[in-house]
Amino acid sequence: MTRPVLEVRDLAVEFDTENGRVRAVNNVSFSVNAGEVVGLVGESGCGKTVTGLSLLGLVPSPPGEVVNGKILLDGHDLLKLNEAGMRKIRGSEVSMIFQEPMTALNPVLTLGYQMTEVLRLHKSLSKRQARNAAIEMLGIVGIPVPSKRIDEYPHEMSGGMRQRVMIAMALSCGPKLLIADEPTTALDVTTQAQVLDEIVRLQHQFEMAVILITHDLGVVAQTCQRALVMYCGELVEAAPIEPLFASPRHPYTQGLIRSIPRIREHKIDRLPVIEGMVPDIAALPDGCHFADRCNRVQADCHERSPVLTPSAEAGAVACWHPLEPQHD
Amino acid sequence: MTKPLLEVRNLVKHFPVRGGGFSFMRQQLKAVDDVSFTLLPGQTLGLVGESGCGKSTLGRALLRLQEPNSGQVFFEGRDILQMNRAELKAQRRDMQMIFQDPFASLSPRRTVAQTIREPLDVHGIGTSLERRKRVEELIELVGLRAAVLNRYPHEFSGGQRQRIGIARALALNPKFIVADEPVSALDVSVQSQVLNLIKDLQLQLGVSFVFISHDLAVIQHISDVVAVMYLGRIVEQAAVSSLYASPKHPYTQALLSAVPAPYPAAGAKRIILAGDVPSPISPPSGCAFHPRCPAAQAKCQTTEPQQTTLQSGGHQRHFTCHYPLGN
Ligand SMILES: Nc1ncnc2c1ncn2[C@@H]1O[C@H](COP(=O)(O)OP(=O)(O)O)[C@@H](O)[C@H]1O
Ligand SMILES: Nc1ncnc2c1ncn2[C@@H]1O[C@H](COP(=O)(O)OP(=O)(O)O)[C@@H](O)[C@H]1O
Ligand code: SF4
Ligand code: SF4
Ligand SMILES: [Mg+2]
Ligand SMILES: [Mg+2]
Repeated sequence: MTRPVLEVRDLAVEFDTENGRVRAVNNVSFSVNAGEVVGLVGESGCGKTVTGLSLLGLVPSPPGEVVNGKILLDGHDLLKLNEAGMRKIRGSEVSMIFQEPMTALNPVLTLGYQMTEVLRLHKSLSKRQARNAAIEMLGIVGIPVPSKRIDEYPHEMSGGMRQRVMIAMALSCGPKLLIADEPTTALDVTTQAQVLDEIVRLQHQFEMAVILITHDLGVVAQTCQRALVMYCGELVEAAPIEPLFASPRHPYTQGLIRSIPRIREHKIDRLPVIEGMVPDIAALPDGCHFADRCNRVQADCHERSPVLTPSAEAGAVACWHPLEPQHD
Repeated sequence: MTKPLLEVRNLVKHFPVRGGGFSFMRQQLKAVDDVSFTLLPGQTLGLVGESGCGKSTLGRALLRLQEPNSGQVFFEGRDILQMNRAELKAQRRDMQMIFQDPFASLSPRRTVAQTIREPLDVHGIGTSLERRKRVEELIELVGLRAAVLNRYPHEFSGGQRQRIGIARALALNPKFIVADEPVSALDVSVQSQVLNLIKDLQLQLGVSFVFISHDLAVIQHISDVVAVMYLGRIVEQAAVSSLYASPKHPYTQALLSAVPAPYPAAGAKRIILAGDVPSPISPPSGCAFHPRCPAAQAKCQTTEPQQTTLQSGGHQRHFTCHYPLGN
């Protein structure tokens, strides 16, 4: 029986903005099992990063505030912890890596300094032990000649190498859960393939759970076992990736899958699109937030907001008129 | 035979840079190194390669937004590199550019109408009334309503701003547009909308494009001919269908294989290139791709491969490799 490492219940996060208070994350519930890679996917502004930051108590406050919910890590509610308690969790139990490693690395300190600092904070190692552990970790993430590169500064490395360093730092204390926020978005496809491979390999090796945040469904298809699809701050569909890609239930998921530019055997004249654009979260329409763009919309969609409802296929969908599951 | 619209021969753009490490000597960074291709009227050439391989530099050099060091760029038979300022200004009416971040290239203090009209003002085209009508025509052409004309760029989403950038580029009815990663910053659902628009405009107006992207799926959709760049050089060039169906250069094959398939494909074998792109300041000996090439043999380290040209199905294809892939 797999047990959840992480259980998020009814998470809601709000921000104070020029246009008043906005709800960036609304009633989001999901769980992540030990050893599982879960994709959190959706277009920019839909609330992926804010969801990830909430899990680490990193939502900037003000202007942000977690207004509701529970975040249970191995059954313990992280939202009940104070800052000191949260700091103990961060890096040791739950780690996060970001799209642009330069923003997370200190440019004036060597990699060695930054890595040993994390290790010594959480693991009471001696300087020498920490340095050796850091070198080992750099080797594990595929950095050539780690004993030499450990004394370099972040700017001396390429984008792909820096992302590997971030992964090495994030994993150095053996977290149960890694949150990777668009870790390959800034990289070339070639480097993206290397880094994704590395994440999957390390996830097996360290038996940790991963939440992979991305706007790229192709990345989800290649790396994840399950995916959560977000739209306007809400989860609209959750499912294991095979049924999700073979037979999406939510019209938005279907539109997203269809609109990914893909290499085709035969060229087509026009790419399928989702008409219109994502509404402003400061002025969301009543009822289903996707209604203005939906090709299955009916009158009741404008009146009542659909809620995420489990379906027979181990998935869940928030739609009044979902697509029928296809069986083959 | 159709005359080419654009014929590029042996184009070179080097940047003087300081050497790395302990060397403070001036060195040359070969951003574009001996590039040649031709583009027929109404055709789109897709330019693809990893970041830093010289795509943007090549795009800018074609329009002389950056002066090339040497080579020739014939536009309708006339070498634009030999033109004086006045001739170049006149020629620029036919040659436009679209950028990745339309916000950066649009002045925040100008309304949409002013932004789109600017090229008409610069080239003194039409009366003020005619310019206004042309601007209205253009905004509709790119799928926006005339009501947006009095608003400012920051009020628009990324996709809308890119449409405004496109309208501006079309103002002078150019024959040729360099589009540098125009959809890379957009979300997928909007990306497809803008790609469809560009494709419509190609067909409707017969504009030729050099379309730069690092995304091979986007390149396939939009291009007639594709050129693959590595360290400043075109290493393979072919009609889109042959390039995707049977790449000849191992680098092209590796790029194609790295694109994540948009569906779960358990066990699909991908070629994962080891290492990073080497520095263009001191590229590797022989074939510059050899340190990363899965097909490399001893000769590749020492001897630079020459370009091979094949005729296939009425098209020419070129590749630069000692051991090209079979079919
Ligand atoms: N610091 C902040 N201040 C105000 N609003 C914010 C802040 N951070 C995020 N938001 C808002 O929250 C929403 C979700 O943002 P985010 O989680 O970053 O989206 P994603 O990662 O999916 O692109 C956005 O509409 C954004 O404007
Ligand atoms: N103004 C410049 N001065 C020095 N080097 C430059 C300049 N512009 C580009 N380069 C270098 O030229 C190479 C090609 O750059 P670029 O054309 O931007 O590549 P791409 O568009 O394919 O990412 C890179 O190594 C880049 O660092
Ligand atoms: S609830 Fe209605 S509008 Fe919303 S996705 Fe479902 S069918 Fe479309
Ligand atoms: S010449 Fe050699 S190293 Fe270069 S691409 Fe061909 S096989 Fe690879
Ligand atoms: Mg984000
Ligand atoms: Mg570029």
